[in-house]
Amino acid sequence: MAHAGALHDEDVMLPPPGREPGAGVYNEKLGMWVFLGSEIMFFTALIGTYIILRVAHPTAWKAPGEVLAVPITAINTFLLICSSVTMVKAFAAVQDGNLSGLRKWLIATVLIGSTFVGVQVYEYRHLIEKGFVPSEGLYGSTFYTMTGFHGFHVTIGVICLIFVTWRAFQGRYSAKDYRGVEVIGLYWHFVDLVWIILFTIVYLI
Amino acid sequence: MEEVKHAPHPNYIAVFIALGVLTGLELFIAFLPWSQMTRVLILIGLAVWKAVMVALYYMHLRFEPQRLRWLAVAPLPLAVILVFIVTREFRW
Repeated sequence: MAHAGALHDEDVMLPPPGREPGAGVYNEKLGMWVFLGSEIMFFTALIGTYIILRVAHPTAWKAPGEVLAVPITAINTFLLICSSVTMVKAFAAVQDGNLSGLRKWLIATVLIGSTFVGVQVYEYRHLIEKGFVPSEGLYGSTFYTMTGFHGFHVTIGVICLIFVTWRAFQGRYSAKDYRGVEVIGLYWHFVDLVWIILFTIVYLI
Repeated sequence: MEEVKHAPHPNYIAVFIALGVLTGLELFIAFLPWSQMTRVLILIGLAVWKAVMVALYYMHLRFEPQRLRWLAVAPLPLAVILVFIVTREFRW
């Protein structure tokens, strides 16, 4: 039983301290990166299918600006870039222990993110009124699938950001513990990154 | 969470300005009377450039441990394989 006692002192399920640092980050952040890895595969499946269909049926797509409203979407793209900078400023603020700055930048991110979703809904209404619907053909179905899934991700991001903002007002974050802010920030920047690609291949090409 | 000593913040505003300028450049190039192939290559190049900037500076990949960077780029070869397989299966 002396052996069992040794096991009790040193848990065999844990790596010896200092020998196996893992990815070198805390668990929540590692979990978010693994999740984002699966999201990369998800959006690549959508984008890859879009590219293949577009190459196979080049006449099914219209020229940039012919159907889709590029100016309003360009403004929306700029809004999402703005929301990324406000998000990263919130992260920088909490790292520096500036909690009022954290709350201010988080609110800005929520407002800008919500505006993005609102503009996308407006764009959809405008396109549907013009007769550009998901059943319109390859162009319509791929457009609504890709931008719809992205919009869904943004909406989820806004909801999570509202939760994080609420916790920030409760004083749950500090310079010592800002995990929630960093993890939602990673998700939010990923959503921005995906839109950068989607905007180019869906609206400009 | 233990207190973490973090590196000085990157210049986030400079990255933001670069993203804005590159987006403006994309909008300009998209409507130039160049060949379709030229525009597509330049626009995809600019989009990838912007995406890499977001990943490196806003998602802080540049400052993360090497193992986490590998984790982040690991899906990309898988994604290429996925597209390649679908392309091979597609009949046109």
